[in-house]
Amino acid sequence: MQAKPTLIIEAGRTERHYWRDLWQYRELFYFLAWRDILVRYKQTAIGVLWALIRPLLTMVVFTIVFGRLAELPSEGVPYPILVCAAMLPWQFFASAFAEVGNSLVGNANLLSKTYFPRLLVPASTMIVAFVDFLISLVILVALMAWYGLFPGWRVLAFPFFVLVAAAAALGTGLWIAALNVKYRDFRYVIPFVVQIGLFISPVGFSSSVVPEQWRLLYSVNPMVGVIDGFRWSLLGNGIRLYLPGFALSMVLVVLLLMSGLAYFRRTERTFADVI
Amino acid sequence: MTTAIRTEGLGKSYLLRHEQPEPYATLRDELANAARGLGRRLLNPLARLDLQSTKEVFWALRNINLEVKEGARVGIIGRNGAGKSTLLKILSRITAPTTGRVMMTGRVGSLLEVGTGFHPELTGKENIFLNGAILGMSRVEIQRKYDDIVAFAEIENFLDTPVKRYSSGMYVRLAFAVSAHLEPDILIVDEVLAVGDVSFQEKCLGRMTEISNSGRTVLFVSHNMSAIRQLCTSALHISAGEMISYSNDVDGVIQGYLSKNTNRVASAWERGGLEHANPYFSPKRFYVASCEGQPLEMPIRADQEAYVTIEAQVEQYNQNLTIGYALYTQEGACLYWSYNTDAGDGTLVRLKPGSHVLRCRIPPRLLNEGVYQLELIGGLHFTEWLFEPHRQVPTITIEVQGRNSDSVYWINKRPTLLAPVLPWTDDAGKSKSTD
Repeated sequence: MQAKPTLIIEAGRTERHYWRDLWQYRELFYFLAWRDILVRYKQTAIGVLWALIRPLLTMVVFTIVFGRLAELPSEGVPYPILVCAAMLPWQFFASAFAEVGNSLVGNANLLSKTYFPRLLVPASTMIVAFVDFLISLVILVALMAWYGLFPGWRVLAFPFFVLVAAAAALGTGLWIAALNVKYRDFRYVIPFVVQIGLFISPVGFSSSVVPEQWRLLYSVNPMVGVIDGFRWSLLGNGIRLYLPGFALSMVLVVLLLMSGLAYFRRTERTFADVI
Repeated sequence: MTTAIRTEGLGKSYLLRHEQPEPYATLRDELANAARGLGRRLLNPLARLDLQSTKEVFWALRNINLEVKEGARVGIIGRNGAGKSTLLKILSRITAPTTGRVMMTGRVGSLLEVGTGFHPELTGKENIFLNGAILGMSRVEIQRKYDDIVAFAEIENFLDTPVKRYSSGMYVRLAFAVSAHLEPDILIVDEVLAVGDVSFQEKCLGRMTEISNSGRTVLFVSHNMSAIRQLCTSALHISAGEMISYSNDVDGVIQGYLSKNTNRVASAWERGGLEHANPYFSPKRFYVASCEGQPLEMPIRADQEAYVTIEAQVEQYNQNLTIGYALYTQEGACLYWSYNTDAGDGTLVRLKPGSHVLRCRIPPRLLNEGVYQLELIGGLHFTEWLFEPHRQVPTITIEVQGRNSDSVYWINKRPTLLAPVLPWTDDAGKSKSTD
């Protein structure tokens, strides 16, 4: 017979085997993600098509407003593709951020009645946003095929930028999720951030329209680095990466993720008491 | 045997914020408080910040030292708010202790609620897997037990229906079925035993007995004393966050708990002045006593020998005198009257002038668990009431608690007025003789 595991709970001490625990509960992670994916499109008539329609319509509107009416420069690629390459990471970030931010409060009942590493809840909600992202990638592929635009070797870096987008969403989302447990104010912060973020991130335009002296400051928004990275890896050689800004964005993403994790872990022991 | 659970100085405190009734703060309040505090400080820099006046430390649990052997089944009893659930939550790692430590050996599974994480949009089948995973079962384990769970829940035909369309009975059955198949080394259960209709409740309890007998360590919170008596090998009594008693003498712990908690109702009546005095029958004391005549402490067990006892003085003999008592349930239903003259044969006790101690045995295992009122009634037959029911006659209250039956099939209190254990026979072999 297998030796029985010994568990020690001590006041004022965080879990000793936190990461091992997380690994042991990986099946629950799958199940929670699976639940969220199943539930997402239950009782909808067109189901998963929503993952296509929302970015598609936004893209059309942005192309008309920024490309046609404002006549902003398009970096030598068709404007719809310029917008689409930014729309996808932005929507991924926005929905992941919003869902992670609301995940703990939305699963309050689970938190107050069962134990599992709390990180599973925000982490598994990321999966839903990621699946939507993969589906909407179809739009970009179709558009690029339509315009006959094929990415070069830089596409190899594409998964890295997806990862950065995920890290940015998780980092900010964890902060909001943990704060939301105690201060329900933060549920109002989420739509606000998503709305403002869409316009201050270079979604509808190229970040090269920002004057050179402001670009570093502009990159304080980590999504600037992510979106630039997406365009750089997908849209061919015409796009140059503004390196100082990109580096700043990356550093900030790492900081956000680390601090988000740290804050989450510090507060998670009290979630069940205050939620 | 090895120790499965050991706690040392375990405690849990909460900060109560008096100015905020809602459990979660809003940022505005925090900022406003901070500003107020700062303002006070600026105005009066020498005064100490009186944070303590708005926050109070509340100890939900204090200094719990437990040692539970492997395979022990501990029943945890106490009033609502005594800290039972807090203890379970700490042991299940849902909430962290403020002081002390816990050591547990073995896989821990807890059932604080039936159907945690059920999603109304998902089908029965999907929910079995989801709920199983939430309770800590692996996918393989759930697959293995899947058929048992479905059979237990009796929902074979509705597996692909979203549970939001289930009747509440089906929902609860499914939820319990998943829970009932959790098989950790240490099982922590919070009063989730009795769900569903009566027949399903019996099934739940049967399953609990099965689990209990399989050598697992079980911690079990319940208000159902008979269930605790039947299932547990030891009992822990918690009151106001502190351990009152913890011992293998389950009956003793339960008695201690019950005697502390019964509202002090008069289980004995004694004449103060001259009320109810009359020449034919002047009652002095009215109480329930043991076989030996000692007044009994409430509550009494259903199987206990108990005698309704009336001490009285008779000045003047009257052959029409009938004395007895009426028995009412707490809701006021009259179960029966009993008179000293009921037998009607030669055993009749004539009440000659002098002192008398009338005794009448309450048949063991006749009354259900609960509180009953006894009225002393009686009079001169066909002439007049001396003690007319409901007319401010001597009244006592008794409580019956537990031991309605020795059967494992009878653990819960039945929803009946009486709870007699009656003999049964199977006369299949003798059926010819009845032709």
